[in-house]
Amino acid sequence: MTARKLSEIAKTVRSKNAGVDKITFDVIFAERADYDLVRRSGVLSRAAVCRLFGIPESRITDYVEFDPALAIKFTILRSVASGSPGDADIFGSQQYGPLLDLAVPSE
Amino acid sequence: MPASSPSLRILCPNGHLGFAPIKTASFRIGLDRAPDLICADSGSCDVGPGPLGADVSSSPLQWQRHDLEYMLLAARRLGVPMIVGSAADTGSNSGVDRFVGIVKDLARDHRLARFRIGYFYSGVGKDYLRRKITAGDTIDGLDGRPPLDLATLGATDRVVAMAGVHPYIELLDRGADVVIGGRSSDCAIFAAPAIRKGFPEGLAYFAGKVLECASFCAEPYAGKESVLGEITMSDFKVTALWPEQRCTTASVAAHTMYERPTPFYEHFLGGHIDMRDCRYEQYDERTTRITGPKYVRATELRAKLEGAGKLGERYVGLVGVRDPYTIENIDAVIAWARQQAAERFGTAGYELHYSVYGRDAILGALEPLKRSPSHELCVVVQAIASTQELAREVCMTGTRQMFYARLPAVKGTAGGVAFLLDEVMPASPAYRWTVNHTVRVDDPLKLFPTFITEAGV
Repeated sequence: MTARKLSEIAKTVRSKNAGVDKITFDVIFAERADYDLVRRSGVLSRAAVCRLFGIPESRITDYVEFDPALAIKFTILRSVASGSPGDADIFGSQQYGPLLDLAVPSE
Repeated sequence: MPASSPSLRILCPNGHLGFAPIKTASFRIGLDRAPDLICADSGSCDVGPGPLGADVSSSPLQWQRHDLEYMLLAARRLGVPMIVGSAADTGSNSGVDRFVGIVKDLARDHRLARFRIGYFYSGVGKDYLRRKITAGDTIDGLDGRPPLDLATLGATDRVVAMAGVHPYIELLDRGADVVIGGRSSDCAIFAAPAIRKGFPEGLAYFAGKVLECASFCAEPYAGKESVLGEITMSDFKVTALWPEQRCTTASVAAHTMYERPTPFYEHFLGGHIDMRDCRYEQYDERTTRITGPKYVRATELRAKLEGAGKLGERYVGLVGVRDPYTIENIDAVIAWARQQAAERFGTAGYELHYSVYGRDAILGALEPLKRSPSHELCVVVQAIASTQELAREVCMTGTRQMFYARLPAVKGTAGGVAFLLDEVMPASPAYRWTVNHTVRVDDPLKLFPTFITEAGV
């Protein structure tokens, strides 16, 4: 079975603060078929995201598949509020890095 | 009240006005479309707790003046209202005063005909909140925070509340030509004039949500370009103005979820909008049409509060590492430096933070690759203490002692790390978000006193 990286399939992969205590992740596709492929693959499921980041499911506050934008979106609680000493990503804008290399199996 | 005109056109030149200057070409294109209003949001809590806590603006005065000048001259020339909310990044009272002062200076410098500035404050006194807590009127925490207690309030330097549409409508009713708002919900800045004219609240708030970041709702990605929104009694349309950009159904839908936990709900003082049944249609090449957002009135009025408290003065040191054995044992090196600080300063009364770039600085515990660090690391050391002198010495200890770390099998015995600078650097004081809560209010204007002044000649 062949696989492609999520970065080769998604149009946009981003992260950003959603308030001062949360970071939200958006994975957006240009084509419906790609959106459906990744949804079906499970590589971005709640459980998969928790495994990737090493967090319990309770850290995920929202998880949405948003058809109008062909987007998979999830939001996690920060361990440290934005901008507190020790936080090195005040905007939360680089947290998506580990998503890019996720292997999405072809069907 | 029926709409006095069939539609309302709002030109938005910028999201977070002042953070970077507007691109003026697309703004000029927008002015040719006969907008009824020119509106922009100038605030964000993304800049961290420091600016609110220290009551400073994170944007240069020149950039703020640049954008306000373009907006003001255009608005006065066209004879349409100009609205700017969350003045000067934080929307604190001093930020409002700063923007009102800039507008007055511009009016004088350009010899503009006399006009009215309406403004309101969003600062919340700690005494007011203390009385609420003491009286048992719980100040609820957001995002899993516990209710605000007196100790956390005591550790807070400054609090602002998020205004809804109410002070904007009040000031427009009192004849303001220019409105400068304190901290506000982004969407309220744009929704207020539309609701005042009788357009449906769901469409009005939705319009604000889409317009508040200007060209971020269009594609391809480009910031600081203008967009034009048009509200009618039955729909909302948004058009990209920079010739390289389009507002597509995908780009507008994607923007409804930008920097929010969910694309389905947006909360503000007075209620929320439900966007689950929104329909997005490509109206023309550069325009998307939206129908279906619903306004849901709140059963209880609650204002969101943002507050920041100072932790201390701060110094920063930079440490480089190239030895693979030292990289493998970087936690032991840091532990050694912490131990030296503890022996000299004790374990309380200061903070030491180590961010290990090349391993896990950016993601911290979330980093899946933390066990495979790069061939070289940069460790950023932050020390926080009550005085600059102590912060400097703690930082110097926490930085320089990495040089002396005693690793049993290290080959290099002439210094364990590399210094870019053999010094530590003063940084801005450290703050934290102490307040991310909501407070119950009886009157949506209660926390937002409004004022009218005049400018021009």
